[in-house]
Formats: sequence, structure tokens, C-alpha cells
Amino acid sequence: MSVPADRRYSQSHEWFKVDGKSVTIGITQFAADELTDITYVDVPKVGVVIESGSPFGEVESVKATSDLFSAVTGKVVEVNQKLANQPELLNTDPFNDGWIAKLDCQDLSPLDNLLDGPAYDKMIAQ
Amino acid sequence: MLQTPLIGFHKDAGARLVDFAGWEMPVVYAGIIEEHNHTRNHATFFDVSHMGRVRFRGNDAEALLERLNTRAIAGMAVGQSRYSHMLREDGGILDDVIVTRLEDHFLVVCNASNRVKLLDWWDRHLAGTDVQITDETTETAMIAIQGPEAIETIESLLPFQVSDLKRYHCRAGFIAGAEYIISRTGYTGEDGLEIIMPAAFAPSAAHMLVEKSAEKGRPILPAGLGARDTLRTEAAMPLYGHELTEEWDPISAGQAWVVKFEKEFIGRDTCLRVRDAGPMRKLIGLEVDSKRTPRQGAVIRADGEDVGVVTSGVSSPTLGRVIAMGFVPPQLAEAGTSLEVVISRDVAPARVVAMPFYKRG
Repeated sequence: MSVPADRRYSQSHEWFKVDGKSVTIGITQFAADELTDITYVDVPKVGVVIESGSPFGEVESVKATSDLFSAVTGKVVEVNQKLANQPELLNTDPFNDGWIAKLDCQDLSPLDNLLDGPAYDKMIAQ
Repeated sequence: MLQTPLIGFHKDAGARLVDFAGWEMPVVYAGIIEEHNHTRNHATFFDVSHMGRVRFRGNDAEALLERLNTRAIAGMAVGQSRYSHMLREDGGILDDVIVTRLEDHFLVVCNASNRVKLLDWWDRHLAGTDVQITDETTETAMIAIQGPEAIETIESLLPFQVSDLKRYHCRAGFIAGAEYIISRTGYTGEDGLEIIMPAAFAPSAAHMLVEKSAEKGRPILPAGLGARDTLRTEAAMPLYGHELTEEWDPISAGQAWVVKFEKEFIGRDTCLRVRDAGPMRKLIGLEVDSKRTPRQGAVIRADGEDVGVVTSGVSSPTLGRVIAMGFVPPQLAEAGTSLEVVISRDVAPARVVAMPFYKRG
């Protein structure tokens, strides 16, 4: 199965979907499957500035805890409130209802260095 | 990486495979929580072929094992198994093992991560003794069938009885020329069996188990290392590398019950000293008031001060809450004591509770 073609993908399995200056971040189905049953998502606070390349949150599963990384710098304008009570949305619908945060970004150019859908598919197939 | 005889089975079953102590092992098939709950409510089976299986033969085997183990080996009946620790001279835990007395020799089952270290350790005690040690880990397979339905379902598939086996007892014999050892043991907090068989038999045994149990309407599903960890943590069973390490003796690791002082064994002096002075730390169970799970290494605090460390933590599928094990000074180990656990950027309230967290009904 192919990942959605309307966004970019990091090597660390986050996706970034651009809408104007707004970038929505989530994790891929591959990442969610690797983590197994997700029990908690530590989302950033609205208003916080996230630095590109730095961890901005954590995903906890029955098995382990993993950091979330952003490929872009930006201010958090919205977080997915549903995740507080339904962290399993990351397992069941990571590309839509399981989105994590929306950032307001000045510079979108780092996204050019990320993988597009087919390249990401190829990476996880290896 | 080493592979168990069931590697093909795992791949066909869609398992996610990981490197565990140098073995390519299934961590999850359908889902950790699903496998966990199926074990608690029905039965699952685990490939535990990565664990070491080593035979001790010869006239001095019993005497050597008596010296190597914290628990009594002499006096064990044929077909009896005992959980025990093996210690360094200074009392540090080398491994936790299960020793079984068979007709004319002994079987030691050890952790995969410690097998090579132990083979070397045992080798150093062989001089002048009549003991032959044979590592049969790669030529045999071992599967654990665990859960309330395990005994009845397995018995219906075997040509002999198993429900008459007592806990920590085994039956050894041959089926179609293949040696088996079937023990009423496990690492989940449920009733169940662990079966050792020749490697070549394992794939057909696993398939038969899955198919025949499904035909009987009582499916035994495969479960991975993920569920094995959540199950053993709920049952408060220690795991080597977490609750047990070479840095501490069994008493300081909260396992005083495995130390049999009425005999000689390597590491006894340290155990005696710790017993008489009292251990510096105690193993505690914690209920954590958080949705977040503290992992190994998470700091435990009392009144804002660092007092201990978490060794295992899980979001318990059976209890629906976060639980953890860890070590604190004895004065803070009393059930009901209020503590805190540092989980990443958060500090969560926690309460000392009696262990095990889960006990089968």
C-alpha cells in the first residue's frame, strides 16, 4: 500500500503536509505499526516554537517510548485534542484523524530535503 | 543473527521481527494488547527457543550445580524443576535459571543474553570433576503455551496426560523417536507448559498447535516478546537486565527467597552479609497516576528528592493502568508510601503497592 502523495516524509517516519504557511505533522502507518499499540501521545503546547531537528514530543506504546522530530521550525498553532483520550488514532488512522500538531512556519524549504511519497514507500520496503 | 527453528513460522504469521540478545525474534504478531489479553483469557504460545538449554551429565553434576546455584539442587526429585540464581564470587547475579533433574542428568535453562557468559563460567569450574556440559540450544526448540485454556487444549492434542503434572514438574519421553521435555512452568503469571523438542520437529508442532486448537474452537494464537514482557511485569516476575544484574546480589534484588543459606554456594558470603546487615534497597511495585509509562531508568522521587530508579514499567492491559517496578531504600518500600516518578518532562504521583500486580483467579 502506498502512503499519501500529498505530503513529505522524514527518515524518522514523520509526515509533513503543507497548506499555505501551515504544516501539519503526524507519523506514518509504518511508524505506528513499528511502535505497536500506542498508549499515549505527548503533544506540544499551542504557542510553543518547535525547532527543526529537535524532539518536540513523544509517542508511547505498550513496548517503548519514541521521540517525535520536526523537519521544520515553526510555532504550534493547533494540536490534536482527540489524542488525549484516543491515542490509538495513531494506529488506526495516522494519516488523517491521527495527526499530531499544526505549525505556522516561515521557512518551508527544509521540506524540500524530505522524501516524497514514492521515495518513502521505497525506503520502508527495504 | 541467530534464528530459531520457527523463523519461517513467524514470517508466515506476519510477525514483526527484532534482534533480541542476538536472535531474530518475533516481538508482535496481531498486536501486543490482543496477544496479552488472549493469554489471560484463553491461551497463546511463545517461541522461547532463544533461551539456553544446557545438559549437565556425569557423577559430579549434582555437586557442581549445588555449588553454582543459590537454591538446593541435591534432594530434587526426578522430574522436578527449580527456579534459581547463579552468582559470581562477590554475589552479583550472573543469571536466573531453571534447573530440572531428569532421569540421569540435569537440564539448565538460562537467558539467551547470558548463555555464552555462563558456558564460560561453568567451564571454569570443571577442572577435576566428572561433569560433561552439552549446549543443546541450537539443536532443540522450546515453546511456551500459556493461559487458562493451555493445559486442557494441549492435553487434547497429546497422546498422554499433562493435567496431572504439578507446577514446576516435568515429564520427559519420546514421541516418534523425538525426545521431548514438557514442564508445567512459564513466565506470564498464568498456568501453562513449556515444551522442549528437537529443532526439526518445531515447525510442524507449531502449525499443528495453531490448526488443531482452532479446529476445536479454542484457538491458541502465537504471541511475541512484547506480550511476554507486559504479562511478566503484571505478574511481577523479574527480568534479567532489569530487576536482576551482576551489580547486585539476590537479596538486594528483592529475591531473598531464592537464597538457601543451609548449604554452600558461590556468592554465599555476600548474601550472608547483606542478610545480616539488611539490604540497602528493596524492590517495589508502583501504581503510577499517569497515562504515561515510566521506562527502565526513570527516576523515583520522594518529597522532591531522587531516591530510586524504575527497572520495568508498562501500561498494564489487564489492570488498565500504568504499573512499574523499581528499587528504593527500605524505609520507602512500605505499601501505601507516596512517591513520584519522573517521566520525561512530567512528574507523576505514584504509590507503592503489593506485588504481584496481577494474580490469576
